[in-house]
Amino acid sequence: MLCEECGKNPATVHFKKVINGNVTEMHLCEECAKKKKEFDTSFSIHNFLTGLLDDIQEGPVKVDYIQATKCDKCGMTYGKFRQTGRFGCNHCYEAFKEKLTPLFKNIHGHEEHIGKVPKKAGGVIRIRKEIQKLKNQLNIAVKNEQFEKAAELRDRIKELEAEIEG
Amino acid sequence: MVKWLEGKGPESDIVVSSRIRLARNLEDINFPQMITKEAAESSTQRIKDAILSSNSVLTREFEFKRLREISELDRNVLVEKHLISHTLLERPQIGSFLLSKDEKVTIMINEEDHIRMQVLLPGLRLEEGWDLCSKIDDVLEERLKYAFDEKLGYLTSCPTNVGTGMRASVMVHLPALVLTGTINKVLQAVTQIGLTVRGLYGEGTNAMGNLFQISNQITLGESEEKIIEKLKNVVLQIINKERKAREKLLNSNKVQIEDKVYRSLGILKSARIISSKEAMKLLSNVKMGIDMGIIDEVDKEEINKLMITVQPANIQKRAMKELTQFERDIKRAELIREKL
Repeated sequence: MLCEECGKNPATVHFKKVINGNVTEMHLCEECAKKKKEFDTSFSIHNFLTGLLDDIQEGPVKVDYIQATKCDKCGMTYGKFRQTGRFGCNHCYEAFKEKLTPLFKNIHGHEEHIGKVPKKAGGVIRIRKEIQKLKNQLNIAVKNEQFEKAAELRDRIKELEAEIEG
Repeated sequence: MVKWLEGKGPESDIVVSSRIRLARNLEDINFPQMITKEAAESSTQRIKDAILSSNSVLTREFEFKRLREISELDRNVLVEKHLISHTLLERPQIGSFLLSKDEKVTIMINEEDHIRMQVLLPGLRLEEGWDLCSKIDDVLEERLKYAFDEKLGYLTSCPTNVGTGMRASVMVHLPALVLTGTINKVLQAVTQIGLTVRGLYGEGTNAMGNLFQISNQITLGESEEKIIEKLKNVVLQIINKERKAREKLLNSNKVQIEDKVYRSLGILKSARIISSKEAMKLLSNVKMGIDMGIIDEVDKEEINKLMITVQPANIQKRAMKELTQFERDIKRAELIREKL
């Protein structure tokens, strides 16, 4: 889920206000949450809570933290994922993205897949990887002054690029 | 019985089997942990059809079975024969599988992931296993849309499988390294370079009969070929160490080793009551004796098969009924006497 303010960063701060039965929900990234007047300028859990409480005259308050970050496809929360060590669906990878990079780095020592790519679904990915490979070959060819080969490679790259765009 | 052990493979004096497993998921359905019954039925049908209705040569080889239509005893027999996993048994209502007639290939449905395919071959044949597994993967992918991410690769239920979704493992028999007390050093070294060691029946099981399973830990950031190459190199080094330890034993303690082998064979041939633990230990000694050239009167393939068929569920399956532990120990001794 992306931040509702900037629409760029993933939303990591989620809060829900219930005032006289009226529910308001907000999903922000940490940056935008810091900027919000309601939250005080020095952002901390403490300020966050008290700031919220100041706004509210009566009614229950519910605050969800990162543990409660929820996958909107299958309903898995980050807290439950931490408990079971299993994702609920493929979208969990997107929903918990922030937290996963260090986790993968920890388990595998790497962050990026370089193995097999499915033929059908990965059509564009395959071509992109092929283009990258050809570009490397092109650089070597130019360096070695093999201009005929370089021209061939350049044409092939153009063809593949057209294939992706088309 | 235990068809996949028929025929010898390379390095079969030490390597019992090689296995390649691939984890895959469908894009539009929750992973089995969060799946509804209806969705589970849909994934089952789609995966089953992708194999059985495809035009590939492979597909005529497979038979489809639902776990809920198989007795508990038969399920355990399949686990002991390494044809399905323990994890599949945790979901008896939604779990099913396709098994090839030669018992070398299994495609499990709704295990921890929607698809868990495995190729199991005797001897050290990792490349061949990967080649076959990848072909089956291609057949499935032609009809199914996998959960795949450009950066993270194949998306799996557990973060330890993400990327290639591949687990390559080799089952090795290391009696001499155990006897000479060098096994722990070897296993420590193995775990330090990103491989894991487990017992005969995977995670959390003990090394029965001096059998160890060595597999890759890392699935992200290395290609399948690279992972296999690394595992193979390590296994070749371990094979070398085991062979040297066997040589050393023969040079320095020949009579003691011969005594151990013949005594073990003697007990196996004459015992009337035998536990699976004792049987595994003695079978391991006899296997070592054959592989070291001490005895040749026993068929090694038979010993390899016995190491699986002496397990509790297999013994009960043979008797065609449930047995108490004591009854099993008697039937086990009978089976061994009959085969040796």
